[in-house]
Amino acid sequence: MSYGPRPWMQLHWDVRAALNFIFGGTGCGFILFSAFVPLSPRLAQVALLLGLALVAAGLTAVWMEIGRKLRAVHVFFNPMTSWMTRESFVAVLLFASGLAAAWSGSARLAVVTALVAVGFIYCQGRILRASKGIPAWREPTITWLVFWTALAEGAGLFLIFSALAGMSMPAAVAGGLALAVVARALAWSVYRRRVDAALVPKARAAFEPAGKQLYQLGAIVPLALMLTGGVIESFTTAAAVLAGIAALATGWRFKFVLVTRAAYNQGFALPRVPVRGGK
Amino acid sequence: MTRWVMIADLRRCVGCQTCTAACKHANATPPEVQWRRVLDMEVGQYPEVKRVFVPVGCMHCADPPCMHVCPSTATRQRADGIVTIDYDLCIGCSYCAVACPYQARYKTDTASFAYGDAPMENEAAMFDPKRLAVATKCTFCSDRVDAGLARGFKPGVDPEATPACVNSCIASALHFGDKEDPRSNVSKLLDENEHFRMHEELGTDPGFYYLWDKTVKEGYERGGEGK
Repeated sequence: MSYGPRPWMQLHWDVRAALNFIFGGTGCGFILFSAFVPLSPRLAQVALLLGLALVAAGLTAVWMEIGRKLRAVHVFFNPMTSWMTRESFVAVLLFASGLAAAWSGSARLAVVTALVAVGFIYCQGRILRASKGIPAWREPTITWLVFWTALAEGAGLFLIFSALAGMSMPAAVAGGLALAVVARALAWSVYRRRVDAALVPKARAAFEPAGKQLYQLGAIVPLALMLTGGVIESFTTAAAVLAGIAALATGWRFKFVLVTRAAYNQGFALPRVPVRGGK
Repeated sequence: MTRWVMIADLRRCVGCQTCTAACKHANATPPEVQWRRVLDMEVGQYPEVKRVFVPVGCMHCADPPCMHVCPSTATRQRADGIVTIDYDLCIGCSYCAVACPYQARYKTDTASFAYGDAPMENEAAMFDPKRLAVATKCTFCSDRVDAGLARGFKPGVDPEATPACVNSCIASALHFGDKEDPRSNVSKLLDENEHFRMHEELGTDPGFYYLWDKTVKEGYERGGEGK
């Protein structure tokens, strides 16, 4: 057991990197739902463009963080092993198919875009998982946690979007949100249990409130709201919006904490102590 | 095949930081950047507490996570095991820095010098704008190793082909050599001493070994003479 230099928060990735996970996940989750919910051609177009804009905002934020911005194209050089490169390639596909779907109004292309969006979310989970220097990120179940968080955020945003567009709460999205927030809470529970031993107390303390919110404000509250909205007709739209905001805000907070508050390294450890001198 | 590795004898290191200073001088790293660091660690439980000085830096892992995550292929591995960074390719995304389990990577966005705005002579001579806003780390003094080899010197034995930190060590705590050569200095040290590598459980196969005791051979007792 050693008590050497204690683990410290990584300072290499700040809120700009966190925004890529926040906006990228939300945008892709939103695209996924918008592809499978019947919308008017105009609304489908707006939804796709909004989702792509969110992903673009995330990528722009992370571009602002890199040291050599004019060399950003080098990010495509290592598809063999780097999940960041793979995310970039998937992003190109996402924008190509998304813009084509928005321009043509093709439902099939929208579905293709949705599938590519799932790939984008998966890449984001694997980016974190490949970060061996950060115990809170390298835990394998982080991939599922990031995936379900993105879906919950996407569904939440879609409910808000539906209300603003004057649509009634789409049953498919309400069901999707219910599934996503429950799956997210379960994924958090599994992740939290598995990662616990590797976390330093400060990382645990940072996670605790954000994790609790994934259960309470992020799962129980949206479910209760949607149930209430289903029973009280006059409350349906307001309930959908509030449930969406709750699912969205808790996901965003969690990702912010994951990247900028709980990302402690493991410090240094000596499994053996030097034996000095003789008998 | 050759695999260059470094060894730190924890029984010998006195924490003088001469290796840190030598590295900074040889590589002209800016303030707060220490490619070779020496940690001052307190280990054990009271009353069995010890103070241990632990040299750390890039471990030149055989399976380096920094290389796998690098999106630009700036981080590569030479055939002799040394992990390198191509400053012309690196985009400064710091993904390697969060992937490294040893906190061995640095990124400095602006030029800074030890004493104010003006560089010292060695800093001016070694200043390289290519190292700004990109990832940097210990190179095992690969330029020195290569130049020494080209002149017929033996790394780890001849100072002309040996990393600056090893050359400077006042206690002979640091060693450098070819682990694949069974007759090399490092192979002998690893054979004669108990050793470990840091965070070995992560499976990166680091090329930096720590000696902590003599190997107990059959018929011998730890710390004593042979029977």
